[in-house]
Amino acid sequence: MISLAGRDILHAWGKFIFTGIGLGLLIGVTLTMAGVYRGMVDDGKVLLDNSNADLWVVQKDTLGPYAESSSIPDDLWRSILTLPGVAETANATYLTMQVGKGDKDVRAMVVGITPGAPGTPGWPPQLIAGRQITRGHYEAVVDITTDFQLGDVLKIRRNHYTVVGLTRRMVSSSGDPIVFIPIKDAQEAQFLKDNDAILMQRRRTEANSTFNRPGVPGLLDAVIASHTSNRFVNTVLVRIHPEFAPDEVAELIRRWKRLTVYDRAQMEEILVGKLIATSAKQIGMFLVILAIVCGAIVAFIIYTLTMDKIREIAVLKLIGTSNRTIVSMILQQSLVLGVIGFVVGKITATFAAPMFPKYVLLVLVDSIAGFFSILAICVLSSIVAIRMALKIDPAEAIGG
Amino acid sequence: MADKGILIKSLSKRYGGGETAVLALKDVNMRVSPGEVVGLIGPSGSGKSTLLKCLGAVIDPTTGSMVLGEEVIFDNEWKVRDLRALRRDKIGFVFQAPYLIPFLDVTDNVALLPMLAGVSNSEARKRALTLLTALDVQHRAKAMPAQLSGGEQQRVAIARGLVNHPPVILADEPTAPLDSVRAMTVIRILNDMAKRFDTAVIVVTHDEKIIPTFKRIYHIRDGVTYEEAGEGRPLH
Repeated sequence: MISLAGRDILHAWGKFIFTGIGLGLLIGVTLTMAGVYRGMVDDGKVLLDNSNADLWVVQKDTLGPYAESSSIPDDLWRSILTLPGVAETANATYLTMQVGKGDKDVRAMVVGITPGAPGTPGWPPQLIAGRQITRGHYEAVVDITTDFQLGDVLKIRRNHYTVVGLTRRMVSSSGDPIVFIPIKDAQEAQFLKDNDAILMQRRRTEANSTFNRPGVPGLLDAVIASHTSNRFVNTVLVRIHPEFAPDEVAELIRRWKRLTVYDRAQMEEILVGKLIATSAKQIGMFLVILAIVCGAIVAFIIYTLTMDKIREIAVLKLIGTSNRTIVSMILQQSLVLGVIGFVVGKITATFAAPMFPKYVLLVLVDSIAGFFSILAICVLSSIVAIRMALKIDPAEAIGG
Repeated sequence: MADKGILIKSLSKRYGGGETAVLALKDVNMRVSPGEVVGLIGPSGSGKSTLLKCLGAVIDPTTGSMVLGEEVIFDNEWKVRDLRALRRDKIGFVFQAPYLIPFLDVTDNVALLPMLAGVSNSEARKRALTLLTALDVQHRAKAMPAQLSGGEQQRVAIARGLVNHPPVILADEPTAPLDSVRAMTVIRILNDMAKRFDTAVIVVTHDEKIIPTFKRIYHIRDGVTYEEAGEGRPLH
């Protein structure tokens, strides 16, 4: 038996190809939207991977350091290091801000890292050019997507930093590139006030008789010094010995230090489940709308194609063609339209993804799910046309 | 029983019920022998199309009987379970317009019927080509319907009606869109094919030009048929 659907498609190939391309662009947008979501999840995981930590110690009852602000003393790492199972600790600060580059600026996550060696928690795990930070101040390692080059000078608050190293795929959970600077500089940058504010603060302190006692020389200077320095960090990153379980060590820190501690799974849950949950819902809504639009387009096209063939279908029925053959013809055409659309959409998404400012991750499983969803949508969308075709009376071919 | 061909006795068709019921066919009696071509003539609304639809197993007659070949297909109810197969295997249709499937070439338009009946593609195409040769359109076998003239399309439609060797062909105003020369050609072809394949042919027509060519004519008026002997003018 010849394929009626195939012959009809070959006969009206232009209509199918151009409709398929239109549908494909829409499918491309859908696949890209799914890729945007996957990219956000991957950004979160990459951030955790690059932290090189097993535990995140943060301020009690906060979701810090990525989802909420967290502030803990910067000398806490020493006491944590003494606990059983802890192999390594390092302070870290995270601050998303605009980083100046000449007369322009770029949005970035500025990460303060403690002095150490490659492999220290919080340090960029690998560089693609240059070297790691070796000085205590005014050096930076940046992600390549910031467009900084080695030797460039960037401005954070009032201070200038020289780019000494470049990394790749070091981004925040929201996709902003990371700029690593020494932790002392990062601590200062987090709470640095402008000069007017510092002067006002000094005057207030001098006017306060509690701090400005003639009989206690040096007290006023000490108080003023404490106002202009920052002795807090956002988190202590902890690496544990391989023979210890993360939750076991985390429980020790919670009990003895009265702090909140997250392990990798919990931190991933915060980043993926909470931080990007709203964005995920937003994208989910878009995907649903796009799926409905795809369905509507396929339904309209297949309905129109079937309407154009009412007389032929009546003749086919009259000469003995089974309903199954006619249903199969409409379904096959709908599925072919879906396949053309998917191929065009996949190609479009593949070529468009790298052009997006944020990371778009096209995953094979999404493509497979998308393919079968498109086929399902095509089948559902052809129901109206099938119902109409089944209602066509073969007597219409005879007329009268 | 009919000696093959088609025999219709006291066929009636009622549309609707109660006070609004319309009796489209009241007492239709017809007999068409194998190899014979008869005309069915009547004014608009006389019941021609209803009769054709009943004969074509497209609508259900209300009462009466129909015998096709040697098989009783209707006797106050359908005696055949699969009407679709009945139409495919036992009845050939030729319409006012050819209604060829626009996305199939000429050969496949004709070969489609045997393929639907389960005949292999090669055998169905061989049958189609034999008929197309008989109807002198074999040179357009690979053409698409849109590339054919009106007369060629109608010949292909006749080939499609004949390809499963049905005992009866129902032709619904097959010459309506054609000029007189082509119309006479179509009628001659129908006569030739009827004799060659032993097929009973009923031609519903308004066409004054072809009416004299029928040896027998059935008139239908208000749902009742009357037989009239034709002039039996020889075909050109």
